[in-house]
Amino acid sequence: MAAVTVQHGAHELAIETSHLTRRFGDFTAIDQLNLSVPYGGIFGLLGPNGAGKSTLIKMLTTLMKPSEGSARVAGFDIVQAPGEVRKRIGYVPQLLSADGALTGVENLMLSAKLYGIPGAEQKQRVDEALHYMGLSDSARQLVKRYSGGMIRRLELAQAMIHRPAILFLDEPTIGLDPVACQSVWDRLKALNKEHGMTILMTSHFMDEVDELCDTVAILHQGRLAASDTPEQLKDAVGDEATMTDVFAYFSGGNLDREGSYRDVGQTRMTAKRLG
Amino acid sequence: MNAVLEFFTKSLAIAEMELRKLLRDPMELLSRAVQPVLWLAIFGQVFSRVRGIPIGNVSYLSFMTPGILAQSVLFTAIFYGIAVIWERDLGIIHKLLASPTPRGALVFGKAIAAGFRGLVQAVIIYLIALAMHISLRTDPIAVIGVLAAVVLGSAVFSTFSLIIACIVKTRERFMGIGQVLTMPLFFASNAIYPLSLMPDWLKVVANVNPLTYLVDALRMLMIDGGQGAHSLLMNFTVLGVVFIVFVFIAAKLYPTLVG
Ligand SMILES: Nc1ncnc2c1ncn2[C@@H]1O[C@H](COP(=O)(O)OP(=O)(O)OP(=O)(O)O)[C@@H](O)[C@H]1O
Ligand SMILES: [Mg+2]
Repeated sequence: MAAVTVQHGAHELAIETSHLTRRFGDFTAIDQLNLSVPYGGIFGLLGPNGAGKSTLIKMLTTLMKPSEGSARVAGFDIVQAPGEVRKRIGYVPQLLSADGALTGVENLMLSAKLYGIPGAEQKQRVDEALHYMGLSDSARQLVKRYSGGMIRRLELAQAMIHRPAILFLDEPTIGLDPVACQSVWDRLKALNKEHGMTILMTSHFMDEVDELCDTVAILHQGRLAASDTPEQLKDAVGDEATMTDVFAYFSGGNLDREGSYRDVGQTRMTAKRLG
Repeated sequence: MNAVLEFFTKSLAIAEMELRKLLRDPMELLSRAVQPVLWLAIFGQVFSRVRGIPIGNVSYLSFMTPGILAQSVLFTAIFYGIAVIWERDLGIIHKLLASPTPRGALVFGKAIAAGFRGLVQAVIIYLIALAMHISLRTDPIAVIGVLAAVVLGSAVFSTFSLIIACIVKTRERFMGIGQVLTMPLFFASNAIYPLSLMPDWLKVVANVNPLTYLVDALRMLMIDGGQGAHSLLMNFTVLGVVFIVFVFIAAKLYPTLVG
């Protein structure tokens, strides 16, 4: 992966939302959200179950239309120019997105083709991505035989094969053991530092946030409860506060009331499938 | 990349991966040979003894063979949508929809793969029919015509199935609706009896049922002396137009699978 530095205008924001809102019937999952994410960092999106993190990511990745408001991602409006946005982003959903009935290589070839990588370059890009994610040896195995960590790394490989400007990762290490987590973290840091990919990720795992994120936003009931560097947020909450304290402080502390059967079901389903 | 070229290359990329999966699990395909054997060997044998079914100068077994091929195409294609629900429950659909792939290509690619499944069904039915000494047309034009009709028919019903999957979204509801739809589609068609035998209301239903046009085309192309109610051109045109309309509808509904 020699020349994978992402180009973009220095003045631009990677993500900018304006009064972004999403309703499901009477329920407002994302409520008048104004969020700015500059290029170049790893941005952590935190919040209790049901806070609206996945809903926000689905809107930013053009999977779901906003009910109100707008957003620009990589310089393009998500509703006016979804095609342009899609070319410039990579996405690893909260659920399991690699196809278990295909091999690692086949999954990657599909991504290479769908992202319009020219035929002559496809094989080389696939090999590079496999190598980069440490999957070369298992490239020809069916993905259903992969471990959870390998699946996550394959999904990352799929999401970065077209060298996107921005990566969206919804709970990238859910259900992974500590060693597998570390290997995912190492790759994410490298993608960010060496290749200049801006990363927006959600997480419930405060060690992960401490390890990776240089900016953090906390969502609570669809609104922005706080947004700053982890250090600033910790200072604001109190002496020797941890990320967990910050999280509890800004999400009202009443975590037991949040979430729903559906959220728990979805999270567990992911964990089970990956595990 | 030119938009039309992009549409077709990406459709083929989707189709290729579907075919790879299919070829890894050939039992699933071959197991679908059982039902047509039963229909031809049991139902067909018994009904051959019934006189007075107005089917022209062919034996009842010959008459019904194209109908059973069409049935096999229908039954194989109509449950195709279940795979999409599975992909949705996992998150594969999310990944595909976030990529710069035309929605129509995601649908069209699946239809191509379903066409291939249909071809396997056609080969199976040809083999059964040969074993039962049913007299088939073997001139290349006829065989190519049969294969083309089977691919088109599979594409129509698999895309129909995709539309249902996009509407109902869950496995349980899909299975329920699938069961409810297949039998009426089959019986309200000319697959095992001619249109002329039907009461008027059923004739109306049969005439808007795409399966009728598939059976009609197959009947002309597949068996010696087979006669159709419509022209081949008409049958292929109806199937083609229905397919294009279905692809548009499915492409519109596909994004609603996430969320
Ligand atoms: N398609 C939908 N229809 C109705 N309600 C929905 C839908 N999708 C999400 N919701 C609701 O919107 C809220 C936000 O859901 P979302 O999945 O964005 O939360 P999250 O922050 O990602 O939670 P988690 O941490 O559990 O993944 C939840 O209350 C959820 O039940
Ligand atoms: Mg979520």
